Order: sequence, then C-alpha cells, then structure tokens
Amino acid sequence: MANLKDIKKRISSVKSTQQITKAMKMVAAAKLRRAQDAVVAARPYADKLHDMLSSLALREDANAHPLLQNRGTGRALVVLMTADRGLCGGFNANVNKMTERFVRDNAEGYELIDILIIGRKGKEYLKRRDGMNIIKVHENIAGSINYATAALIGAEVVEKYVSGDYDAVYLVFNAFQSAISQEATLVKLLPVTPKEVEESVHVAEYLYEPSRGEVLKQLLPKHIEVQIFRALLESVASEHGARMSSMDSASKNASEMIGKLTLQYNRARQAAITKELMEIISGAEAIK
Amino acid sequence: MAEKLKLEMVTPHKLVLSEEVDEITAPGAIGEFGVLPGHTPMLTTLKVGELTYRQGNQVKHVAVNWGYVEVEDDNVTVLVETAEMADKIDLERARAALSRAENALKTLSPDDKQFKIMEAALTRALMRIQIATRHS
Repeated sequence: MANLKDIKKRISSVKSTQQITKAMKMVAAAKLRRAQDAVVAARPYADKLHDMLSSLALREDANAHPLLQNRGTGRALVVLMTADRGLCGGFNANVNKMTERFVRDNAEGYELIDILIIGRKGKEYLKRRDGMNIIKVHENIAGSINYATAALIGAEVVEKYVSGDYDAVYLVFNAFQSAISQEATLVKLLPVTPKEVEESVHVAEYLYEPSRGEVLKQLLPKHIEVQIFRALLESVASEHGARMSSMDSASKNASEMIGKLTLQYNRARQAAITKELMEIISGAEAIK
Repeated sequence: MAEKLKLEMVTPHKLVLSEEVDEITAPGAIGEFGVLPGHTPMLTTLKVGELTYRQGNQVKHVAVNWGYVEVEDDNVTVLVETAEMADKIDLERARAALSRAENALKTLSPDDKQFKIMEAALTRALMRIQIATRHS
C-alpha cells in the first residue's frame, strides 16, 4: 500500500497541473473568440473577391495571365501552416502528416517539391524527416496576423510562381469548422482555377476600367493574398479551438485522477487507523 | 424619391459599411467617377484617395486604400485594403506614418524594391491627412 505522504504529494501535483490546464483553456477560449470574429469578418471580402474573379476569369482566355496558366507538373511548392506552440491536440500533427504524405505521394509526379513553413511546429517535425526540402520558415507570426503579413507571403509566392521557380503551389492548413472541430485541408493555390459560375447570373456585359486585362492582372495576385490571409486566420482560430478542447479534456482527466487518488488516500488513511486501533486493543488485551 | 444605391464597403478585416445611398464618387484608376442609380455594370480599380457618398443631404467621406469597385444593378461593392471614415482618421498616426515614409524615401534610391512600397505609404498618409483636415 502506497504511503500516505506519497499519495498526498501526488494529489497536490495533479492539482497544480489541473490549474495550469484550466488557465490555458480559459486563455484559449478568450483568444478563440477573437480569432473567430476575425475569420467571420474576413469572409465577406474573400467571398466578394472570389465572385469578382470568377465572373472575370470566365470570360477571359485561360492564358491571359500567368497565374491562370496551367504549366503542367514541374516543380511544386507546398505552403504549410502550423502553430508555434504545442499542447493543442492533433492540430499540428494532422497538417504535418498531411504535408509529408502529400510530398511522398507526389514525389514522382513532380520534379521537385519544396516546402515553405509558417509556424515553429511544422519546422520541428519536417526537418527530422528525409526528403523534405524546406526552403523557408516563418515563425512567430500567428500571434499578430494582419493583412500586411499575408500580403508579404502572398507576394513572395506569386513572384516565385511567375518567375517560373514553381509550376504549382499548394496550401496546407487547418480549416476552421467550429470551436471543437478543425479539418486539415489541402488546397491548390496556383494556378488559379476559378470556380465555375452560372453564365446566366451575369446578364449584363461589364464596363472595365482601365481594361479587363488590367483589372484581372491586379485582381489575381490579390486573390492569392486574400486566400493566404484567410487560411492564416482560420489556422489561428483552429489552433485556439484545438487547444481549448484538448486543455478541457486534460482538466477533466486531472479531476478524475484527483478523485481516484483521494479515494486511495482515504482508504489508506482508514486502513492505518484500523491498524492502530487493533494494536491498541490487542495491547490492552495482553495486559489483562 | 428616386431609386437608391446599395453601398457595401469591405476590407479584409471587416465589413466597413452597408448602407443605402443616393450618390457615390470614387477615385478610379483613370480618374474620379460618380455613380448614380441606374449605372451600367462596371468593374474598376481604385487608387488611394477619397470616396464620397451622399445620403439625402448628408455627405460623408472615406479615405480608401487601393482596391476595386463593382457596380451591378444598383449594388455597389467596394473592396479595399483599408477604409477609414473621415471623422475617424487618427491624425497623429497619419503624421507619424508620413514622416516615417519621408525619412525612408530619403535613404532609398528609386530602383529599390522598398522604394515603391514607401512611396505608396507616403501617398496614403498624405491622403489621410488631407481628408481628415478638410472634413473635420
């Protein structure tokens, strides 16, 4: 039987762990709300831009702009978004594994697949794997996402694509579904494939200023920036959601553990008392 | 009362405004243009400048960054990177941005990559200061 003092020590250590996980959960919940608001706020812009792009690209020749051209399978770039910190369940592992699998599965289809990582956890995982060419790592940007950050990364990606360094760009991130569910997602960023829209929706012919080609030329890079921005926001919201639920279950496990240990402690205490009583009684008996 | 235009202004961070208005004047890429109800469908780029809209007798001004305007069936959608109502512009910040851009430009040559970025920042700051001082 474990000794009383040991059990007591364990109970207090589990209790302090629980305090930490509870605090982390609260922090994640508060951050989640903010991140969630940001995701919701960014949606109209992304949707509107997407509508515009779709209606434009539909009437435009596919070769009108380098970002629309499908250059086949040469070199590919994967942009991976992870968190900088752990303790958030399968959040990082899911996207990391997805990236690794994608690279392995498509190793033959492409001449070369490079990886651009956003977030420390992705770097830590992939740098220990074979055959992963990490070209760049952005760390510590998840805490303060603004449009300018996304625009910089977007411009970088577009430049690499236009200059012919890469012939396809993929984006791997956790899509935010709800506070308790995230889904690792892989989307093709470049070449841009506009979603089909029904022609009948656009009855009237548009007037373009300065010209249709010019508008398209400016709209496409913007589209990439917005996609990255949106993915970043979703990734951050997902991270907080994942951390909140994993810390919640950690706290629950801790209470369960405390309950078990307390029971054990009380049993041990009672056993000790019983033993002592027996000793006293038998001692008294012996004296008679 | 004539028909109204539905103006929606969106930035990546939020929906800035969604209102019924009578008239819009915006800084297009090839010159300022006005939109009244019944305008033909149009898609154009915007440059840094001042967008004005009128509701009845009330005229409001917004400082907009580079973006797009789409006009379709009296729905006007403005997609811009930033938008600030004239009465909410932070003059202090705009001035700080202005001097920052000016200082950066002094040290850069026109061939630098940074030059264009700072030049744009300068225009933005100037525009914000202008709009804020004119309408406050």
